[in-house]
Amino acid sequence: MTGYNFAYLDEQTKRMIRRAILKGVAIPGYQVPFASREMPMPYGWGTGGVQVSAAVLTPDDRFKVIDQGSDDTTNAVSIRKFFQKVTDVETTERTCAATVIQTRHRIPETPLTEDQILVYQVPIPEPLRFLEPRETETRKMHALEEYGLMHVKLYEDIARNGAISTAYAYPVQVHDRYMMDPSPIPKFDNPKLESPAIQLFGAGREQRIYAVPPYTQVVSLDFEDYPFDPSKAERPCALCGATDSYLDEVITDDRGGCMFVCSDTDYCAERRGEAA
Amino acid sequence: MTGLAHNTEKLAAGFTDAPIDAAYAFRAALHAMARPGRIETLSGVTPPAPVSPAAGALILTLCDPDTALFLAPGHDTDTVRRWVLFHTGARLTSASEADFALGTWAALQPLDPYRSGTPDYPDRSVTLIVECDELRADRHRLTGPGIETEAMLRLPETRAFTANRQLFPRGFDCYFTAGSSLAALPRSTRIEEVA
Repeated sequence: MTGYNFAYLDEQTKRMIRRAILKGVAIPGYQVPFASREMPMPYGWGTGGVQVSAAVLTPDDRFKVIDQGSDDTTNAVSIRKFFQKVTDVETTERTCAATVIQTRHRIPETPLTEDQILVYQVPIPEPLRFLEPRETETRKMHALEEYGLMHVKLYEDIARNGAISTAYAYPVQVHDRYMMDPSPIPKFDNPKLESPAIQLFGAGREQRIYAVPPYTQVVSLDFEDYPFDPSKAERPCALCGATDSYLDEVITDDRGGCMFVCSDTDYCAERRGEAA
Repeated sequence: MTGLAHNTEKLAAGFTDAPIDAAYAFRAALHAMARPGRIETLSGVTPPAPVSPAAGALILTLCDPDTALFLAPGHDTDTVRRWVLFHTGARLTSASEADFALGTWAALQPLDPYRSGTPDYPDRSVTLIVECDELRADRHRLTGPGIETEAMLRLPETRAFTANRQLFPRGFDCYFTAGSSLAALPRSTRIEEVA
């Protein structure tokens, strides 16, 4: 690695991001504004997550990147290669061997430990944004803990569809205070937000960083008579037979054929004894 | 500032390899803040007395020309000012404008002037770096985010931290430093004095 500072960003930028991360950890679920930089990849490709990872990585880390559970899709491969180039850190595809995991839209199936940091790529950090487009208003709502709008939205879901129809980016309340968008993870992953690992969220275009410290209470919103249901496809993985993992539907031909397989490729490979 | 220019006393060094040293130091600071009460080790810098190595590393990792630093009496010496200004370029200010404040618990008093954030922006608040003689895992029981069941950390007092918790999500956050040891107490932690 020559011509780049360690982890690509200059030191002053890293300090600014690090200060935002620490305030985020101190105020669980609160979105801390930060001066997001242009990264050598387009917005929407994980620039927020990349900046958080760059501020967190040390030369001793083993870094894993997943895109919807998979280590070998374009986004994951590009980001992994980027950090190989600018930090020289070891990389891995095994969840249990990684110390820092950057993720796009999944939480690994293998339970995380205290020694791990999970970095989420976040497109829209504001859970209320599609209900109230004005930042001035949503900021006031968070300040006053006025989250009635979201409950009305979930209620209308039930009135129209008979169930809460939000399947991903399912809103949560953190430490009984801030409403938080867990990024577009499937709601199946929501129970895993209560974790021994440090969870950091970075939204590059929207310039927000937030965090969930270890063992923090994270409650998925629901109603007494319509409790939260972390549903998934009701069948086992066609490759490894797992019944407890989130499944992707894969189209296999043009006559309606399909199969359901684990979205977490490392989990699936490990169960089949083929771990990389 | 003019007085400083004529001071030819040798300046203590900062980080040896800033990007790498700061990365390790930040990781220790992150682990400490994410797990209140847990004692981390932070070394590699020898700042001028009375600044501890852990506090020195925190300042080099987090302060720069974008931040305002308050040096409390006892830490507000010519040598410390020169060291901080040379290595970080941080603006030295009063308690009421500070992003970071450094000193012993007694010297950092009173707490009223420090910024505790606003309801809209609770993050716009001070981080106190409290120099201690030692860090001990007793006397105060901590519960809250980052703590599985409970943690123990001896705090300089009880009342100020209880009052700070009641401001949540506003409030200040604390690092406690002693030698190369570091622990943290974010505003989210509930504390209880144990006899």
